[in-house]
Amino acid sequence: MKCLINMLLLPALIFSQEKITGTIHDAANKNEGLVGANVYWANTNVGSITDIDGRFSISYKTEYKKLIISHVGYKTDTLNIKNSNSITHGLQPTEDLDEVTVTSRKQTTAKSFFKAENVITVSSKELLKAACCNLSESFETNPSIDVNFADAVTGTRQIKMLGLTSPYILIATENIPSIRGASQAYGLSFIPGTWVESIQISKGAGSVVNGYESIAGQINTELVKPSTDNTLFVNLYGASSERLELNTHVNSKVSNRWHTGLYLHGNSHNKKHDVNNDGFLDMPLFNQINLMNRWQYTDTKNGFVSFVNLKFLNDEKQTGELNFDPENDKFTTNLWGSEINTRRYEVSTKFGYVNAEIPWQSLGVQTAYSNHKQTSYFGLNQYNITHNSLYANAIYNSIISDSRHKIKTGLSYTHDFYNEFVNTITYRRIENSVGAFFEYNYNNLELLNLTAGIRIDHHNLLGTFITPRMHIRYSPWRKSAFRASVGRGKRSANIFAENQQLFSTSRQINITNTGGEIYGLDPEIAWNYGVSYLQGFNLFGKKADITLDYYKTDFKNQVVVDWENSQAINFYNLNGKSFANSFQAEFNYSAFKYFDLRLAYKFYDVKTDYNTGRLEKPLTPRNRFFANVSYEILTKKENKEHWKFDATYNWLSSQRFASTLNNAIENQLPIRTPVVATLNAQITKVFSSKFEVYLGGENITNVRQPNPILGTDDPFGANFDTTFVYGPIFGSLFYTGLRFKLQ
Amino acid sequence: MKRILILLLLFTSSLMYAQNKNEKASMEVDGVCGMCKARIEKACLNTKGVKYAQWNVDTHELKLIYDARKTDVKTIQAKVLDVGHDVVNVKKATDEAYNLVHPCCKYRNESVKESHEGE
Repeated sequence: MKCLINMLLLPALIFSQEKITGTIHDAANKNEGLVGANVYWANTNVGSITDIDGRFSISYKTEYKKLIISHVGYKTDTLNIKNSNSITHGLQPTEDLDEVTVTSRKQTTAKSFFKAENVITVSSKELLKAACCNLSESFETNPSIDVNFADAVTGTRQIKMLGLTSPYILIATENIPSIRGASQAYGLSFIPGTWVESIQISKGAGSVVNGYESIAGQINTELVKPSTDNTLFVNLYGASSERLELNTHVNSKVSNRWHTGLYLHGNSHNKKHDVNNDGFLDMPLFNQINLMNRWQYTDTKNGFVSFVNLKFLNDEKQTGELNFDPENDKFTTNLWGSEINTRRYEVSTKFGYVNAEIPWQSLGVQTAYSNHKQTSYFGLNQYNITHNSLYANAIYNSIISDSRHKIKTGLSYTHDFYNEFVNTITYRRIENSVGAFFEYNYNNLELLNLTAGIRIDHHNLLGTFITPRMHIRYSPWRKSAFRASVGRGKRSANIFAENQQLFSTSRQINITNTGGEIYGLDPEIAWNYGVSYLQGFNLFGKKADITLDYYKTDFKNQVVVDWENSQAINFYNLNGKSFANSFQAEFNYSAFKYFDLRLAYKFYDVKTDYNTGRLEKPLTPRNRFFANVSYEILTKKENKEHWKFDATYNWLSSQRFASTLNNAIENQLPIRTPVVATLNAQITKVFSSKFEVYLGGENITNVRQPNPILGTDDPFGANFDTTFVYGPIFGSLFYTGLRFKLQ
Repeated sequence: MKRILILLLLFTSSLMYAQNKNEKASMEVDGVCGMCKARIEKACLNTKGVKYAQWNVDTHELKLIYDARKTDVKTIQAKVLDVGHDVVNVKKATDEAYNLVHPCCKYRNESVKESHEGE
C-alpha cells in the first residue's frame, strides 16, 4: 500500500518545481499567523499570499536570493534565502500602524493632473463631510463653488461659480442638463445628497458635448447605481430647527443583467422660528417627497449598459409672517405670506454600447422628458410656471489612426415649452434647438493634452450659431499641469424663474427692451477665458498640492438684472461692458496621517454697466477665505471602527448692497455689508461598515444678520424687500443623524 | 484596363487581410508608475499600425490592438524594449536602454518599487 502511494507521489515530486513553504506570524505572537501577507521574490513576478493560518508556498530557483514579505500594518522584511528549507518569520508592526493605508487613501476631492479640462471630482465621501442634505449644500466644503446664504423667504441656497450665479453654470445629472428653466431656482434642493455618487466640477468653458448654454462652468452629478449601491441604505437626519429628513435606498438584482433601485427621500419642517423677532419666519415650513426608480441593464460581454430612470417630486413650502394662515390670508393684506408648490415628473433613459472588439468605439444615446409645474404666490404677487422639456443626445466615440487622437461627435435636440403667469400677464414660448457637435482630443500621454470642440446649433429663437471651445493642458515637469481654456456660451435668460426672489418685494417689474425674442430681450452671449496651474509636491514627506487659477468671463450681451432702484427691478440688454474676473489660490496638504487641510483664497471682480453706471455686482464679496480640515482616528482595526472630524471656516469680505436711496430713511442700508465669518463642524462615529452616527453644527459661532427683511412693519408698503441677505438669518443650528447600510 | 486591374488587386488584398485590421495582443511588461505607463504606451503607439495600447500599472498587462497588415507583435515588443522596459518571459531590455528610464521608474530596483506603493 505504502509502495503504491510512493509510486503515485514520486512522479509528482519529480515534475513539480522546487518550492519553499513557510509561516508568517506577528512578531509579538508566534501563534498568530498573518493572513494575506504578500510573499514574493525580489525582481521577479513570482509571488504568493499567506493563507488564513499564515502559511504560504512559493516556487523556488537557486537564482532567487531575496524573499520579500510585506503586510499592511507591518514593516516589510527582506530575507536572504540560501536553500529551500521552510521558513518561519515574524513581522514587526509598524509604529504608524496604518501608514500603508494612509498613503494609499484616496483623496475625497481629486484634481486631475492629466485631463485637458480643469476638473475637480468630488466623491461621496467628501459629501459626507457636510451631512445635510441636498445638492445645494453639497458644495459647502468645496472652495470652487460659493454657496449663498439661504434667502430670507424661500430658504433656498443659490450657488455661484467664478462669481456668476447658477444660471450661468450648466448643471447636469448624469450628463443630462437637469437644473435649468423652471427648476433653476429650487432645483438643487430637489436632488437629495444621498442619491449623489460623485460630482464633477469643470471650471471654465467646458465641453461642447452637453450643449451651448454653459458659461462659467459645468457641474455633473452622478447618481448612485442600482448595481453598486448598498442593498439597503437608511439615513435619518434631525436638526435643532426640527427639520427632519429620511432617505432610504433599496437595491436588488432582478436577473443576471437587470438591477433595480428604489430611492425615497422625504423632508419636513413644520416648526415656526423667529429668532430675530421681525415677525417673519426665519425659514420656511416645508414638506418634500422625492422618489426615484432606476433600472439598470448591464451586459458586459456584449458591451451594453442601459438605464431607465423614473422620478417624481412634490415640494410644498410656506413662509411669510408668523401668523399667516393660507386659508384666510391668501391674497389679502391681512398678513404677508407665501406658498410655493412644485410638482415634477421626469423620465430619462440612457443607452450605451461599447464595442467589445475595439474598445475605442462606443455609442451613447440619452433621452429625457420632464414636466415641471410650480404654482406660487408671494404676498399679492403671483407666479406660476409650467415647463415641459424634451432632450435627446447621441454621442459616438472613436479614434483617428491611434488612441492618442480621440474624437467625439453627435447630435442633440432640445424642446422646451414654457408657460408662465406673472401677476396678470401670461408669457408662453416654445424653444426648439437642433445641434451637431464634434470634439477632438489629442493626448501625447505625457506633456500635452488638448481638447478642441465645436458645435453648430439651430434654435428657433436664438438663431443659428457656432459654439467653439478649447482646452489645453501642458505638464513640463513632474506633477505639474498648466491649463488654458477658451469658449463661448449662449443662452436665453428665464428672467422670472431665475430671479424669483423679486416677487418677495414691492418692486415694480420693468422690462425695458421690446425688440428681442425672449420677453423682449436678446439672448445672453459670453466668452470665458481661463488659465490655471496645478503643482503637486511633497512637503515634509507628505503630499501637498497648490492650484492657482484665473478666469475671465466677458459678456457680449447680458440680460442685466438691475436692483439699483429699490422700488423697481429692471431687466434690459447690456449696454456697455459686463465681466466677471476671478482668481483662486488653493492649497491642499495631508500634514500627517488621516489629517487633511485645505486652504483657499478667492478674489472676485464682477462688474456690470448698469443704466446708472458701472457697479460692482451686489452681494458678491470681493475676497473670500476658506479653510477645511478633516481628521480621522481609527479606534478598532478589525471592524473599521473610527471617528471622523470635519470643520469648515468661511470668511467673506464686505459686499455691496444694491442702492436703497429711494427708501424711507429708516429702510435705507449702508453702502456695504459687514464682514461675515462662519464655522461649520461635524463629528462622525463609524461603528462598522454597516452603521454610523453623526453630529454636527452649522454656523456654530451663531453669526446672524440682524434685519434681513426691509419694511417688515408694512409688508405691503413700498419698502418691503427680502433680497438683502448677506449672512445667516437663523443663527447656529445643530443636527444629528444616522446611516445604516447593508451591502 | 491597367487601372482596373490595380484597383481589383487592391480590393482583393484588402479583403484578404480585412480580418487582421484590428488584431489583438496581450503581454506582460515590467514597469512601476504612471510615467512608465506613458513611456510604454507611447513606444507602442509610435509604431506604425498600432491603434490602441493600454498598460495597467497594477497588473502590468499591456493590451494592444494593431493593424496586422502594417506591423506585428515582434516589432512592437522591440519598441518597448528600446525604451527600457522588459517584456516578461520574452526578453529583457538591454542595460543601455534600461539606464535611460527616469530614476523614479527604475522598476528593477526594489526601493523604487516600494516608493510607488499605494499610488
